[in-house]
Amino acid sequence: MKYIYEPAYKLVDLFHQEPDKIFDYIDAVFNRIKSVESKVKSYITLRSYDSVLKEAEEVVLRIKKGEHLPLAGILIAVKDNISTRGLRTTCASRILENYVPPYDATVIKMIKEAGGIVVGKTNMDEFAMGSTTENSAFFPTHNPWDLTRVPGGSSGGSAAAISAGETTLALGSDTGGSIRCPAAFTATVGLKPTYGLVSRYGLIAYASSLDQIGPMARNVHDVALLLSIIATHDSLDSTSIPRIQRCNFLMELLDTMKKRPRLKIALVRELWKGVEEDVGKVLHNVLDKLCSEHMCEEVSIPIVHYALPAYYVIAMAEASSNLARYDGVRYGLSTTKEGRNWIEVFSEVRSKGFGFEVKKRIALGAFILSAGYQEQYYIRALKVRRILKVEFDKLFTKFDVIALPTMPIKPPRLGEAITDPIKLYSMDIDTVLANMIGSPAVSVPAGFANALPVAVQFMGKPLSETTLLYAASLIEEITKLHDLKPPL
Amino acid sequence: MAESGVKIGLEIHVQLTALKSKLFCSCPTDYRGKPPNTNICPVCLGLPGVLPVVNRKAIEYAIMVALALNCKLSNKVVFVRKHYFYPDLPKNYQISQYDGIGSTPLCRDGYLQIRVNGKNKVVRIRRINIEEDPGRLTYPTGDIATSRYSLVDYNRSGIALLEIVTEPDIHTPQEARAFLTKLVSILEHLGITDISLEGAFRVDANISIGGGGRVEVKNIGSIKDVERALSYEILRQRSIVAKGGVVKRETRHWDSSKRITVSLRVKETEEDYRYFPDPDLPPITISDELVKQVMERMPELPDHRIKRFMKQYGLDEYRATVLVMEKWLADLFESVAKLYSNYKRIADLLITDFMRWVNEFRLTPRDVKATPQVLAKLLRLLDQGVISIKIVKEILPEIISKGVDPEDYIKKKRLTRIADEEYLRNIVREIIHKNRKAALDALTNPRAINYLIGMVMKQTRGRADPSITAKLVREELARLKEEK
Ligand SMILES: [Zn+2]
Repeated sequence: MKYIYEPAYKLVDLFHQEPDKIFDYIDAVFNRIKSVESKVKSYITLRSYDSVLKEAEEVVLRIKKGEHLPLAGILIAVKDNISTRGLRTTCASRILENYVPPYDATVIKMIKEAGGIVVGKTNMDEFAMGSTTENSAFFPTHNPWDLTRVPGGSSGGSAAAISAGETTLALGSDTGGSIRCPAAFTATVGLKPTYGLVSRYGLIAYASSLDQIGPMARNVHDVALLLSIIATHDSLDSTSIPRIQRCNFLMELLDTMKKRPRLKIALVRELWKGVEEDVGKVLHNVLDKLCSEHMCEEVSIPIVHYALPAYYVIAMAEASSNLARYDGVRYGLSTTKEGRNWIEVFSEVRSKGFGFEVKKRIALGAFILSAGYQEQYYIRALKVRRILKVEFDKLFTKFDVIALPTMPIKPPRLGEAITDPIKLYSMDIDTVLANMIGSPAVSVPAGFANALPVAVQFMGKPLSETTLLYAASLIEEITKLHDLKPPL
Repeated sequence: MAESGVKIGLEIHVQLTALKSKLFCSCPTDYRGKPPNTNICPVCLGLPGVLPVVNRKAIEYAIMVALALNCKLSNKVVFVRKHYFYPDLPKNYQISQYDGIGSTPLCRDGYLQIRVNGKNKVVRIRRINIEEDPGRLTYPTGDIATSRYSLVDYNRSGIALLEIVTEPDIHTPQEARAFLTKLVSILEHLGITDISLEGAFRVDANISIGGGGRVEVKNIGSIKDVERALSYEILRQRSIVAKGGVVKRETRHWDSSKRITVSLRVKETEEDYRYFPDPDLPPITISDELVKQVMERMPELPDHRIKRFMKQYGLDEYRATVLVMEKWLADLFESVAKLYSNYKRIADLLITDFMRWVNEFRLTPRDVKATPQVLAKLLRLLDQGVISIKIVKEILPEIISKGVDPEDYIKKKRLTRIADEEYLRNIVREIIHKNRKAALDALTNPRAINYLIGMVMKQTRGRADPSITAKLVREELARLKEEK
């Protein structure tokens, strides 16, 4: 089990001293995958051992030439909606089942430059639409803490892979909680960065104004490490924040930990409604300890009730547009074309290629944007979004962070949540807020309820990642829960 | 009035061919003639995960047009997605602009003054948009209706287009032509487009007569064809009304080879394009500073140039206008005017015989081989009496299509004018001798003199100087009279 649950930041140091250890590490992880993958089912596509080894040799050579590589040889699992050149990228959809991108997403380029190695592409809800990873067109992923339960979603494969020791780091994407939800359900750490901090170039869009790629790991330090690599301005993404300097979040975090500033923490009353009793108990227990050293205050922002419906309106509207391009002409699922008109061909490809949840959201989104209804739904949702932004901007002038549950419930059993869409959508109630206002948010393990993971979430103003990482580290200090190994 | 009740509105699509790269990616714009699907990248192919980045130069060009057409500029550029499924559209939405909640066209409420039959007229511009061009469909085994399959070439996908929409202020095909001619001249003076490139200029025309349905004629490729298509449509709609029918609201296609419009589809309702602001493209502020910079860089526009031509070269309004309406012709005029100073003579040569041959040969400005030097030389040779106007007319097509040097040409063909009096006098004497009856006749009938002159011309194959010949014929006839 050597290497498998070691933090990345420690492995990186080791590999700079003894580069050849990278090969042992890769062997260990591949062995781990061999023994647990059939139970967990994290990956849609695993790279071959040989091709990973070949890439590792290049990394070893670079280190031996004296290069300092911040991700030296570290294996990274990548959610299957992030484009990887030459490596199948399916979005867990039949429509892209055999699609191999001819280009790398900007984050993948950065990771390769930093010496990181992509190990495989992880399972997810189709086109990131879901909170359980059961909407994958291929198979569901199982929660390593209880194989009868879901790992959360939509980045469920990435979270499960980290948790099960099938990788050291992972990338997820978060549109309404898709990084934080599975992080919470698998007792790992996941961060959704400020909108525009990480390039979306190469991320297959679900809802463009809400999507962000973010780091996932088994401890806060590793999340900071991976964030440092992927957070930078990208001229290929017009929504990327201009003039962002590269920042070493790990150094900043360590610095802040030394200074230990006293945080002003807001608890928004409305965001604690509907929390399961045992989940709430775990959270209060941890936050009570945090609040003994820091300033905590309860506040009320009634408008947050509208966040969830407004979120779904915006997400579905954008999704209906973003997913229009899948028509079987240029790539992806195809069908006979000769002698048929294009409407027939498009309809057949889209009927066969998309799953039910995706079709539902495309249909609703098209309706939301249609003439005569747009004002009633889409424009009103944008209004809610603006008001939320104003309200929370105000709140963040008085507080450093908001503390809230990541998930109000424990991980559901496979097949349990998916039957009740309202219940399923309301799982997102505490996570969509950060996407709606473009804020960063992090989920960190708070403890266990009934032997199932429970997580606390921190949300801050835009570009307050360091503060959030600091708050998350404080929780790690209190709980001592990091680099956790589930009983697999 | 014959055309009363006719309302015509135009939607003009112009490619910004002067741009180096496409509107949202760095692919080059010179896609013409390249093998299919070689001028593409992940962005203009709409691959999963790609994002558009606006070509800032396109916005500057569009601002120039907005200023030239007297429009009210928006303070920001907002791109929207216009959704419709079609195989030539890689994302199945087109990034465009729109007048609606949360979005705005680049500019609106402009106008262009034109002159038709000596009268001034104002055509209002409703709005101007920037948008991306789709790819192109080809039908290898027939046409759009009969082909068993179609092929898509995305080389053109993502080329920057300006969409210029007028109010229905135009009433006749002639007005439409005058408007488009001036518009194109403005765009060419701004240096942003070359409409002689295939597909760089496309017009959709909306026509309604009286209370009839609005008919949209799609994809007309030239100013001449716009005039033809409108004339055809007006006739067609009038004959429907004359037979007691009602003109349906529909979309028609202009068949440029048969020169008719063909029904594409009947429009029951407005199509719903589900416009919404493109979340991948945050609005870009148009600062006063940027507008000022663009204004400072604005080249001379046609109206100003016409006035300058009248002042600087002493041309009348008609000649100045004809030249300026074809920017390249006006440029050629000015280049020749640097070398030769009888400006009126240059103008006359260019707007009559020269243009007749250019049109006859169906040449684009690029294909015209005549250089300013050669044209100046030609006019100088004419002034010096080396060649006659007849010879000028003969050489001109050679100069235009092959760029021949007039001196070489006349040497080769021995076309110089014969002004040698000794030589001509001998010919005149010979003619009078051979045509004694006609000569005697000419003594009393001055008209018969022309017959003798004609004979001289015939013998010299038109090279005899007409005035010298006339003088010599009169002198010789006078001698004949004395002899008698
Ligand atoms: Zn391109």
